Amino acid sequence: MAHSAALSSEQYNYDIVKKFAITSIFWGILGMIAGVYIASELAWPFLNLDIAQITFGRLRPLHTSGVIFGFGGNALFATSYYIVQRTCQTRLAGGTFWPTFTFWGWNLSVLIAGLLYLFGYTQGREYAEPVWFVDIAITVVWVVYFLIYTVTLVKRNQPHIYVANWFFMSFILATALLHIFNNLAVPVSLTSATSYSLFSGAQDAMTQWWYGHNAVGFFLTAAFLGMMYYFVPKQAGRPVYSYRLSIIHFWALSFMYMWVGTHHLHWTAIPDWTSTLAATFSILLLMPSWGGMINGIMTLSGAWDKLRTDPIMMFMITALSFYGMSTFEGPMMSLKSVNALSHYTDWTVGHVHSGALGWVAMISIASFYHMIPRLWNTTLYSLQLVYTHFFLATIGTVLYITALWVSGIGQGLMLRAFDEYGNLAYTFVETVAFMHGPLVARVVAGLFFLSGMLVMAYNIYMTIARAKQEEGVSAVAAAKA
Amino acid sequence: MLTDFWTWIMDLGNSKTVALLIFFTTFIGIVLYVYSSRKRSERLESYRYMPLMDEDDADRKVKAAEASQAKGEK
Repeated sequence: MAHSAALSSEQYNYDIVKKFAITSIFWGILGMIAGVYIASELAWPFLNLDIAQITFGRLRPLHTSGVIFGFGGNALFATSYYIVQRTCQTRLAGGTFWPTFTFWGWNLSVLIAGLLYLFGYTQGREYAEPVWFVDIAITVVWVVYFLIYTVTLVKRNQPHIYVANWFFMSFILATALLHIFNNLAVPVSLTSATSYSLFSGAQDAMTQWWYGHNAVGFFLTAAFLGMMYYFVPKQAGRPVYSYRLSIIHFWALSFMYMWVGTHHLHWTAIPDWTSTLAATFSILLLMPSWGGMINGIMTLSGAWDKLRTDPIMMFMITALSFYGMSTFEGPMMSLKSVNALSHYTDWTVGHVHSGALGWVAMISIASFYHMIPRLWNTTLYSLQLVYTHFFLATIGTVLYITALWVSGIGQGLMLRAFDEYGNLAYTFVETVAFMHGPLVARVVAGLFFLSGMLVMAYNIYMTIARAKQEEGVSAVAAAKA
Repeated sequence: MLTDFWTWIMDLGNSKTVALLIFFTTFIGIVLYVYSSRKRSERLESYRYMPLMDEDDADRKVKAAEASQAKGEK
């Protein structure tokens, strides 16, 4: 049985959680501005303005790194440090120095990598673009993060390690493994940012997509499930639907994800059996993914009325719904026949964003709305603004994915259409002209989502400002007494 | 016989089958462990309540404010 003696807030290290949470929102807005701008460049290419630093090829990794590692990474540091302290009922290990080291180390790495992209310094590996010395810095930060987390778990005051921490530990371990092996490279010299990968040809592609898909699996899924398993029960005021299901969910995900990366390489020079294996495991992954989604949504069983009254809960349940939707769409797209149509089209981009905006961003946003007032021991400035944010985010996400379904499926169908003589029915330029409308709709969708983030930033700023005001008033009252 | 079995396992060409067998049997073992005993099930399910055991003053303050805001907006 678990013990029930909670520590008071003062005994936890909340300063580091605050730093990561605020920085996450900052990176989220910056990364999404870059995203909206590059989406605009695709719709209106003159926006490249003939400036090399802001062309699509250089801004795109700034967008992906900004939102994945800046927004997502900081959100994961913040929530994992918060959850491990509260579920273990112990203070974060490493004093104040080492957690702060992870904060500066992580954010400087993302910042330096981002600035270098703009000047053309990249490894050219998707989602692993940082150059070799930034990769080494990230490794050092990650090892410190692992030690802080592990030592905190070791000195816990609860006999059991809550399942959210299992997801965070698998995320930390898998990310270390993926980051190190995918980035094995030989620098040209110690003063050059250029390096050559240890792998080549088809092996290089397979290593890259072993990394790429497991980054989705362990960084963007497992870790955010850790967030879900803590914050959904907290916000609902009810325990998770089934703890045993959460255990099966964890192990099934951990066993299956590692096999599926090769579905990114269907119909290429890789051995056919690797494609089949990846597609098979992708289909199998549907079961644990939906098991987890059902576990999260059913946590609200008996309290469905909260969906009418609690916008934070609306964010959480919508996030879980998008998790379910994108984990259905993903396995379907991994089938070779579907992939023949969907791959290299905007459908893939739409699929990624249904997971990234609908699942990852929404569960992070909901977790922040739950956590930030508690960190500052205050209440949210406006619940009405959370409603506004919810509708902006949901409309933005739905519009984004439907626009790219139209663009991607249309593009795929046009690229493989033949006329009666067996010639291609459409030129490439005709497909580009067809995609213009959906690409404009995608920009509008991005603006919806970005506006929601700005509303959130204002709401959080006012919440913290009010907390400081309250603190000042109570300090004056205490001094008078 | 045992030597043949060991040689088969150590052959890198069979690594995929060996890995699949190890992972699959481990996973089946976990499923059986989690669901096979009523007493163990009760113990595992008792951990569901862990996130709700850390409630402090900040939690109560935020909850009360959210409830009153929600009522006011109805």
